[in-house]
Amino acid sequence: MALQITTARPDPALLDLPWSTPLEDWPDEYLAALPRGISRHVVRFVRLSGRVLAVKEIKADLARREYEMLRNLRRLDVPSVEPFGVVSGRVDAEGRELDACLITRHLKFSLPYRALFSQGLRPGTETRLIDALAVLLVRLHLTGFWWGDVSLSNTLFRRDAGSFAAYLVDAETGELFPALTAGQRAHDLDIARVNIAGELMDLQAGELLDEGVDPVAISNRIVTRYNELWAELTDTEEFDTGERWRVEERIRRLNAVGFDVDELAITTDIDGTSISIQPKVVDAGHHSRRLLRLTGLDVGEGQARRLLNDLDSYRAGTNRQNDDEEIVAHDWLTRIYEPITRRVPRELSGKLEPAELFHEVLEHRWYMAERAQHDIPIESAIEDYVASILPGKPDEVSVVGVDTVEMPVIVDRGQRP
Amino acid sequence: MLGKPPTHRRGAGSLYNGSSGTFLPVKEGNDAMATVKFDEATRIYPGNDTPSVDRLNIDIQDGEFLVLVGPSGCGKSTSLRMLAGLEEVNAGKIWIGDRDVTNLSPKDRDVAMVFQNYALYPHMSVADNMGFALKIAGVDKGEIRKRVEEAAKVLDLTQYLDRKPKALSGGQRQRVAMGRAIVRSPQVFLMDEPLSNLDAKLRVQTRTQIASLQRRLGVTTVYVTHDQVEAMTMGDRIALLKDGILQQCATPREMYDHPANVFVAGFIGSPAMNLVAVPVTDGGVKFGSHTLPVSREELAGGGKNVIVGVRPEDVEVTNDSNGVEITVDVVEELGADAYVYGTPTNSAVALEGSDDGLAKPFIARVDGRRVPMKGDKVFVHPKSDHMHVFNQETGARLSS
Repeated sequence: MALQITTARPDPALLDLPWSTPLEDWPDEYLAALPRGISRHVVRFVRLSGRVLAVKEIKADLARREYEMLRNLRRLDVPSVEPFGVVSGRVDAEGRELDACLITRHLKFSLPYRALFSQGLRPGTETRLIDALAVLLVRLHLTGFWWGDVSLSNTLFRRDAGSFAAYLVDAETGELFPALTAGQRAHDLDIARVNIAGELMDLQAGELLDEGVDPVAISNRIVTRYNELWAELTDTEEFDTGERWRVEERIRRLNAVGFDVDELAITTDIDGTSISIQPKVVDAGHHSRRLLRLTGLDVGEGQARRLLNDLDSYRAGTNRQNDDEEIVAHDWLTRIYEPITRRVPRELSGKLEPAELFHEVLEHRWYMAERAQHDIPIESAIEDYVASILPGKPDEVSVVGVDTVEMPVIVDRGQRP
Repeated sequence: MLGKPPTHRRGAGSLYNGSSGTFLPVKEGNDAMATVKFDEATRIYPGNDTPSVDRLNIDIQDGEFLVLVGPSGCGKSTSLRMLAGLEEVNAGKIWIGDRDVTNLSPKDRDVAMVFQNYALYPHMSVADNMGFALKIAGVDKGEIRKRVEEAAKVLDLTQYLDRKPKALSGGQRQRVAMGRAIVRSPQVFLMDEPLSNLDAKLRVQTRTQIASLQRRLGVTTVYVTHDQVEAMTMGDRIALLKDGILQQCATPREMYDHPANVFVAGFIGSPAMNLVAVPVTDGGVKFGSHTLPVSREELAGGGKNVIVGVRPEDVEVTNDSNGVEITVDVVEELGADAYVYGTPTNSAVALEGSDDGLAKPFIARVDGRRVPMKGDKVFVHPKSDHMHVFNQETGARLSS
């Protein structure tokens, strides 16, 4: 059988990879010099034409199915890894068939949860991760995606203005439906709860997580956070016709949790004394869309909120409340955001994404100001930050996992039971 | 592949034959009969006119291994999900034991989806890997240890309980994953194509492992697959679906020997049954030059043509102009015997069940010492006591 490569972005360098070798035996020279994650399939990270790709060995039909699924999820605007291609028809030197490979692009500045825990955590990080996962799960469920294997290890996290944004990494068990039933949602939540608790217990057993942390309590948080958010996004609310401000109020609340309302159903009862409203279509990314429109910056939701706040202070500080918002935003971008983020020396640019760095500098300025008891210009803050804080941060541009114990479901070679 | 009657193999219901040959108690405090009943269960997806599962009726016995099988889109997975609580039931009911579970949430049904997740945790012992879900459920330590030890005995993992998964072979790791479902001692195990991502060799091994484990545990199990070989080798009974409609539910032997219709006849068995449309004649049906005796009663209501089905092993191959003439295209040598794949020389002889417009070969099993050559012309006809007759219009079985 001939090698078959399916990809949306053909790159001839793909042909140079050793496809006739089982993935677990790929020579080091091909691998990105990075540790591997925990997976039930063999997964390797390779460097190709200046980018990092994740290669997963898996049966051809499953590889194609997951590739299509990931493409669909991207089309639906769900945060997920970007599928790169499928390589099938592999045979080894003796002509034996090898499983296909699914290739995805490594998500820059993303962090596997194990890497976060091995860095030593700021208190509360585990709950922030769960909160990010809850948002992701709600978004997936709103689009009709049933995951089937919700877990921290099937998720990647990006820093988002002090909290995290979660991305789906593994869609192998997932399925898209026109809409999910309550039972499907409950089942996904139950899987999430059990997996998260298991993953945290494992971290404790490996002494990466403090004994004082209760894995069961934290895993239960996914259920409460999910249910709160789901209710906010989908519940019907009833009130008297005199309380019409509550329509505005509901939209404001949805914006506050990062969602825009695309469609809101408003019905009145027969005698017209009460109104009920229910969001029908909601879109995540309220702040990041607004920032993108104003500045062209494409950043995380939390980062966008932070940057918009700074833009607002800039507007107030320069007394330009009556100027056109787009024009002020452009000035803020060229006079504040870009000069500040460009102050990072090249060798330190792999530490943090520009938007996250900007957020950190704002935080740093606040602490400096508190210490000095007076305002600090942002130029001084970035200078101090680059000199004293940034060099001590780990490189996070291409972290792909730590603590590599592989758990393949397949029987070891020559060790069949 | 002997048909096993769907009766209570588990005797008193609380003992099974342990791996070491001893009888071990299981499922204490959970002695309720775990029968499963699909009662006119129907699922219609919003926006669809035709149901994805149409008035499904199956009675599954306590301890039975039932396989739902059929081609893609037949409704087998949907049926399983209805039982699991993942799909709404639009009409009809689903029962587990004497509980109507139709509207219960998945976690209140006491069923376990097996193999949904087989990630093992590297820092935790094998025992903790098996028992951690019970800890989450708030089961006390002593009880967890007891259940884990029991499961480990069945799975031959006792001596590994305090080791880390890294020390185990791949097969043992898989058994740990099974142990995770077993310790929950659910009333019913549900498995949806659990072997689909394994290679062919491992699939056969794991298939045997699951089947024997299920028999030892005696837990009612519903298993979904698209693979008829898997269905035939694992199930006490098989339920074959097509387009959301149950075609037949019977033991593997019954399905093989007495398929209820043309679809079942063509789906069960590998290589598949030969199905040929033939004219009805005096005293039987005309199979090429050969008249096959079929009683008038059996042909009643069958019209002018019927479909004759014959399995490759029930084909008589001769040189005496008796039956339908075929040209040998391919011979597959298996040692003791061989499969002959041929095309009827008379293009008017229609082989049923060909899909994708591809001509379907006529298949015959012959003695390995008397194999025709490729290109030879031979005559084939069914051994008359081993053939099946179906209505050409409805596909329903006519012969007894």
